[in-house]
Amino acid sequence: MSTSRITLAKGLNAGLRAAMEQDDKVMLMGEDVGRLGGVFRITDGLQKDFGERRVLDSPLAESGIVGTAVGLAMRGYRPVIEIQFDGFVYPAYDQIVTQVAKMSYRSQGKVPLPLVIRIPFGGGIGAVEHHSESPEAQFAHTPGLKVVACSNPVDGYWMIQQAIASDDPVIFLEPKRQYHADKADLDTSVAPPPLFTSQVVRRGDDVTLLAYGPMVRTCLAAAEAAVSEGRSVEVIDLRTLSPLDMGPVLASVRRTGRAVVAHEAHRNLGMGSELSARITEECFYSLQAPVLRVGGFDTPYPAARNEHHFLPDLDRVLDAVDRSFAF
Amino acid sequence: MKLDDLLSMWRIRALEEKIRDLRLEGPIVGSVHLANGQESVAVGACSQLRPQDALYATYRGHGWAVARGVPPREIFAELMGRVTGVNGGRGGSAHFSAPQHGFHGENSIVGAGAPIAVGAALAGKYDGSRRAAMTVFGDGAINQGAVAEAMNFAAALGLGVVFVCENNRYSELTPIDDMVAEPDLSRRASALGIPAVRIDGNDLAQVRTATRLAVEAAAAGRGPSFIEAHTQRIVGHYIGDSEQYRPAGELERDLVVEPIARLTRELLADGVPTESVERCERRAREEMETAAAAALRDPLADPATAKEHLYA
Repeated sequence: MSTSRITLAKGLNAGLRAAMEQDDKVMLMGEDVGRLGGVFRITDGLQKDFGERRVLDSPLAESGIVGTAVGLAMRGYRPVIEIQFDGFVYPAYDQIVTQVAKMSYRSQGKVPLPLVIRIPFGGGIGAVEHHSESPEAQFAHTPGLKVVACSNPVDGYWMIQQAIASDDPVIFLEPKRQYHADKADLDTSVAPPPLFTSQVVRRGDDVTLLAYGPMVRTCLAAAEAAVSEGRSVEVIDLRTLSPLDMGPVLASVRRTGRAVVAHEAHRNLGMGSELSARITEECFYSLQAPVLRVGGFDTPYPAARNEHHFLPDLDRVLDAVDRSFAF
Repeated sequence: MKLDDLLSMWRIRALEEKIRDLRLEGPIVGSVHLANGQESVAVGACSQLRPQDALYATYRGHGWAVARGVPPREIFAELMGRVTGVNGGRGGSAHFSAPQHGFHGENSIVGAGAPIAVGAALAGKYDGSRRAAMTVFGDGAINQGAVAEAMNFAAALGLGVVFVCENNRYSELTPIDDMVAEPDLSRRASALGIPAVRIDGNDLAQVRTATRLAVEAAAAGRGPSFIEAHTQRIVGHYIGDSEQYRPAGELERDLVVEPIARLTRELLADGVPTESVERCERRAREEMETAAAAALRDPLADPATAKEHLYA
């Protein structure tokens, strides 16, 4: 048994290292990922240990980076690319949506694309616009992509390895404000759940909170705070946004009769909208209240001085729980 | 040799003309972009590619596929949505691929194939195979950011990419000269440190020489090359294009210099019998008629399979 106490950044770093040790076709590419080890230090030390060929510093050109990764994947490599900040994925949006997502389908499966696009996402670090965004719904909306988000160090370690092992292109979202926050015990002898599954991370009976990425921590804190009000809150870490793993969600909501979805992303047409629709379609008669959504405002992401107003916090989540019970 | 070249170009021309007929008659549905007049670039460039090299083409890519060895019957079937199409009818006119022939796909996002070719060339460097990657695009694509990104990427990392710019003078339906201040498009590449040439794309010998040198450089690990091949399309941008943008007399001049007319004149001047020259066209048309008829008899792709292969 090997147990260590790690941050999300260390978990991802160790996961990347393990994947590179297991398969020499795995290579990393992105802006400043090599010599520097990435602006968030997720690839720290990997170029030193695996060499410049397998940890490649790329030009500052996101469309070029993703396109190059497509060509590598078509030729048998398993590229893992880092988009330095969430908003920088927009220059690469064309390649991801028009090329990455469609290669397997168009070619009748002759050209699978084992490609991982790592995106540090979300706010809370005092960065500027385009450095704090949550673009997940735009990719979850695109057939042919898979989209996952890790929320904690242990998932970071396992999920990145599972994403790299997947033969499909995976958009891999990392909550950047959690990179160096909480630590958790990683026991590598405990097998992880499959990648494309949601997990109940706190049991409860009265209401189901659905979250992913950075909002899982907020929702767990909200569930703890709700105890004093006599409410038993279940929290589900969705982990996979495309495909959605509705099984655990529907089972929970059928039991609790209430659901609240929380994400940093804009509320309008965010993941909460799809989850709300699916829950309503699948367990309408179990619901005691409409599915409620907590999200970022439908405005551009604010300047750093005001981001605390934008980001859903414990109070906004608990307000939504209260509204659910008020029905 | 020259007669073989004529036959190769006629195969593409006859394929495109048969596609046009099938589009107008109904079996082919939707937008189709033909490459009539540009055959020599595809034939000359593909003649210098090795089987292991990768080609990334554009939506005007039927001829490049034929030049790469993709069977016309499978192309016709693809365009007619048949299950026997090269991609089972899921790719269509602008998006089919045949990696088993080194044809890694058309693309209707202008310039999007360029960075993908960079990745294929990087793979060729990493795995030691030195397989080259050729990306072909039009003059309009030179203004796409992805093409600039790809050229710099290949130059900075010394990757074996052959950038082929088919300059047919029109950026879709607008003269390229109206869209650039510097009409010498090859200077974009030289500015990035890529050896670049401008050639007469109607001259098969020039296309062959430029491509041979570029593929040799790629295979020897000497990095990327850029070829600006001047050509012309003697049909619309798409089937149905009214071509109002063409100045009077242009098409008539193009019909004299386009590569099939040009090579036909050369062969006759060399003393090749008219009968031999004419046989190329006849044979190509017969082949395409046979291939199209066979494809037409095949079953349509089943909509019930529409979700297959979305994921591996």
